Amino acid sequence: MASLVGSRVERKEDKRFLTGKGRYTADINLANQTYAIFVRSPHARASIKKINIDKALKSSGVVSILTGKEIADDKIGGLIAGWAIRSEDGTEMKCPGNPPLAKDNVNFVGDPVAVVIAESLAEAKEAAEKVEVDYKVLKAVTSTADAMNGDTIHEGIDKNLCFDWLLGDRQKVKEAFDKADKVISIDIINNRLIPNAMEPRACVADYNAASEEITLYTTSQNPHLSRLIMSAFGNVAPEHKLRVVAPDVGGGFGSKINVYNEDIVCSWAAKKINRAIKWVAERSESFLTDIHGRDHVTHAELAVTKDGKFLGFKNETIANLGAYARVFGTVTPTYLFGPCATGVYEIPAAYTNVKAVYTNTAPVDAYRGAGRPEATYTIERLVEKASMELGIDKTELRIKNFPTAFPFKQTLVHTVDSGDYVAGMEKAKQMADYKGFEARRKESEAKGKLRGIGVTSYFEACGIAPSAAVMSLGCGVGLWESAEVRFNPTGQVTVYTGSHSHGQSHQTTFAQIAADELGVPIENIDIVHGDTDKGTFGMGTYGSRSLAVGGIAIVNACKKIVEKGKRVTAKMLEANPEDVEFKDGEFIVSKSNKKKTIGEVAFACYLPGVRDEMKSPLPEGDEPGLKETSFYDPSNFSFPAGTHIAEVEIDPETGHVKLEKYTACDDFGRIINPMVVEGQVHGGLAQGIGQALYENAEYDETGQLMTGSYMDYTMPRADNFPEFNIGYTCTHATTNPLGVKGCGEAGAIAAPPTVMNAVIDALGGQEVTMPATAEKVWKACKNLKKSNAKAA
Amino acid sequence: MKDFNYHSAKDSKEASKLASSSSAFLAGGMTTIPSMKLGLATYKDLIDIKKIKKLNGIKVSGKSVTIGAATKHVEVSNSKDVKKAIPSLSSLAEGIGDPQVRNRGTIGGSIANNDPSADYPSACIALNATIHTNERKIEAAKFFKGMFETALKKGELIEAIEFQIPEKSSYQKHPNPASRYAIVGVYVAKHKGDVNVAVTGAKSCVYNDKEMSKALSGNFSSSSIDGMDLDSSEMNSDMHASADFRASLVVTQAKKAVDAC
Repeated sequence: MASLVGSRVERKEDKRFLTGKGRYTADINLANQTYAIFVRSPHARASIKKINIDKALKSSGVVSILTGKEIADDKIGGLIAGWAIRSEDGTEMKCPGNPPLAKDNVNFVGDPVAVVIAESLAEAKEAAEKVEVDYKVLKAVTSTADAMNGDTIHEGIDKNLCFDWLLGDRQKVKEAFDKADKVISIDIINNRLIPNAMEPRACVADYNAASEEITLYTTSQNPHLSRLIMSAFGNVAPEHKLRVVAPDVGGGFGSKINVYNEDIVCSWAAKKINRAIKWVAERSESFLTDIHGRDHVTHAELAVTKDGKFLGFKNETIANLGAYARVFGTVTPTYLFGPCATGVYEIPAAYTNVKAVYTNTAPVDAYRGAGRPEATYTIERLVEKASMELGIDKTELRIKNFPTAFPFKQTLVHTVDSGDYVAGMEKAKQMADYKGFEARRKESEAKGKLRGIGVTSYFEACGIAPSAAVMSLGCGVGLWESAEVRFNPTGQVTVYTGSHSHGQSHQTTFAQIAADELGVPIENIDIVHGDTDKGTFGMGTYGSRSLAVGGIAIVNACKKIVEKGKRVTAKMLEANPEDVEFKDGEFIVSKSNKKKTIGEVAFACYLPGVRDEMKSPLPEGDEPGLKETSFYDPSNFSFPAGTHIAEVEIDPETGHVKLEKYTACDDFGRIINPMVVEGQVHGGLAQGIGQALYENAEYDETGQLMTGSYMDYTMPRADNFPEFNIGYTCTHATTNPLGVKGCGEAGAIAAPPTVMNAVIDALGGQEVTMPATAEKVWKACKNLKKSNAKAA
Repeated sequence: MKDFNYHSAKDSKEASKLASSSSAFLAGGMTTIPSMKLGLATYKDLIDIKKIKKLNGIKVSGKSVTIGAATKHVEVSNSKDVKKAIPSLSSLAEGIGDPQVRNRGTIGGSIANNDPSADYPSACIALNATIHTNERKIEAAKFFKGMFETALKKGELIEAIEFQIPEKSSYQKHPNPASRYAIVGVYVAKHKGDVNVAVTGAKSCVYNDKEMSKALSGNFSSSSIDGMDLDSSEMNSDMHASADFRASLVVTQAKKAVDAC
């Protein structure tokens, strides 16, 4: 039987998605349901003096209007930060309360203050307009760089500082810098982004008065984790009385990890009014209230010798948390950022210092790549600048500082198990025709255009993550994953996974893995996820962990099935279990060559007896049935890596940047389905290039979101991209049985510095901030013209 | 969205009769409907004019192209007659919004709305258009009054737009990267005798740039406007483009248009 792992198996989920038969949260309608509309703060910072709901209550169709007072009276808990980070001085991070409905203060535009529940959506909207909130507007703090100098947003949190965190050794770094021939320094801004999942957030909450059970259908990347948080911290219901279902989910990119205000409020209110409640975000609500990503201001320095050896690295970053610290809000700019900031290089001394600040903007949390794009942007912009200042070819300088052996003990935290960075660089150069660039540059020049080439070599730490490691770093939960593999008596298989697919193709790739492990045809395997009533538990999908953690749990559960199958076969065929081998769905006794198929074994496990004989196929100690569970806790992160090369052509008259070529050469370890991986790479690149050239979330000084719709927030479109040139090198991960690493975030991590390095190369080294919009580039072109004229 | 009455008029007379101070004509609804949904506009009556025969269709004579007000952008961009008579007008229509917008939006709606960054108003100015209403004929130069403001009186209905066929013409735009509206759009048309350089997106209302028109009327070559330093004091400035950048783009796009003629 040919192995399915590694082949381009067509996606099992496409039939239902492409024929409009997906079932998303907004598709769910329950009997007698009501509709919720949230009354949101129009101010970035204000205290609530009074809420008058009298007029609204009289509005037609209103069922109930609830405010922060009722939610506090019912002792419903607030939203939480999932990681506790300690400051350099040993003090714990400072987090404000974040009630699901604001009671005394609002802290960003969109912060909900009341929910209006009515018989119809139109009636709920109409009534919501009649809720009168009397605000005392306060001065907002919106700038990341100046947040520490602004008014105190949350009582008791001085300088709006959540923590001042250090990773690394300042003294060692100082010594390294003292020895340096040259110090390269850079000031960069990692622009704020809005995730923009295609499906806006939504939830439908239902209460069953007979069983006293709440069911919440919601757009979540991790329904079990949502249940845990809503139960343990939200006090909504005990876990056994709360079912969370995340059906088809149309993209998350990290924005659907969090439990949101609406999830808690609708669940709580459904019980209160004893009716189902439906809420679906409008796109403008998504812009305002989905978590945002990135938003760092960084000063970084690299100490080098004159022949280009890196000696030390400093990274001083201010990270904007937004108004509140949420689930991955505090770990994203720390442990997901700092350890990767030294990149793929041997740098003897390094530190990263992060000051995380509160502002009156939407909460900032994990967005595709979470911390690693910011880290990679920092080091790769710095290395590119070093190559310009030292006059050493950008690829040579990188190779010179690559690790020479694996495992590679990276400067700050990680031990990278496997990789071959030189091979990746060489292949990328070949794919991109790096040598031919100068000729292409001259062609562009002849047309009056500026052409630039940019390189990025990255690694990232994903497949999060070993529980002991992350919990030692402050994580509130262990990041293992579970899987349950169930055989039916007639031989089909259902795999329950704690991972969640919201575009990742688990139905296909996980089935490929199980098909190979069990020798069962892929069409006889179903992957079930996204429902806390099905499957044991799960930590969900983010941090490119589904395959490297969730997939391995499936492998391990399958292996347990095979082990039991061997024992059963041995009993049935009167052989020793050690003499039974399993291959392509058959258990074979090596000495006699007698066989049983896995289907026969499954059947025997469920019908363990024979007519006219008092005989069981089950060995002593084995129970009937064929079902195994695995909770897999990885031994390490996984470390994809690669080199990307971009080429841009700039029209100096209009400042228009055309991305001419983009080459991605990645090492994702073993690839399960190349077609799915290509899709992941394309999506990641689109978002990474989007960050570099187009996307930017902008608030004005009063805290109004200026880019609150697609009229002003530039979502990249297909015509913004060239055909991506994608290739791979492959070193297997040594820390998991499949040798897989993870591919979901690589594009978003590598593309921003790759594209910006190319833009800045074309501009003769002039710094431009992301996104490199036409006007910024036009200005830089004018400066370049002036300085060239002077030089001439 | 608040409740409203929907009417479908069979002719201009009926449409005009139904009009009041709290009504709006509805053609493609590309601006009217979103404005109502967002609560920015409220009307008691919406008067659908799409079914009025006289308002539909394209006629080409030796000197002009006349397009019915309810003609959709896609019909203009696909029209072989328009492509032959004024290719730049056809390609302008092809570059408006996205396929959804082009399949519903109409030329009359675009002109009556007079969005400062809409494409069609520049065509009207550059191609010396005459706006035919149910009451009168209005020269394009007197039609566009200011931001979202036209010479139309309440209840007055655009029936058709008559464009003068130029010797040469081209429309070039620098789109807003997000909305793809024109940050600056320049429509250059060379007629017998003079050249129009109509600019949209740059100021609060479409206008004919006299300085460039004069230079190009003397010498129809991009070199005659190269490096021209336009006054940016009245130009729009927003997060996507400052006034100075717009001023520069006007010249750049005008040069591109001349070169493309």
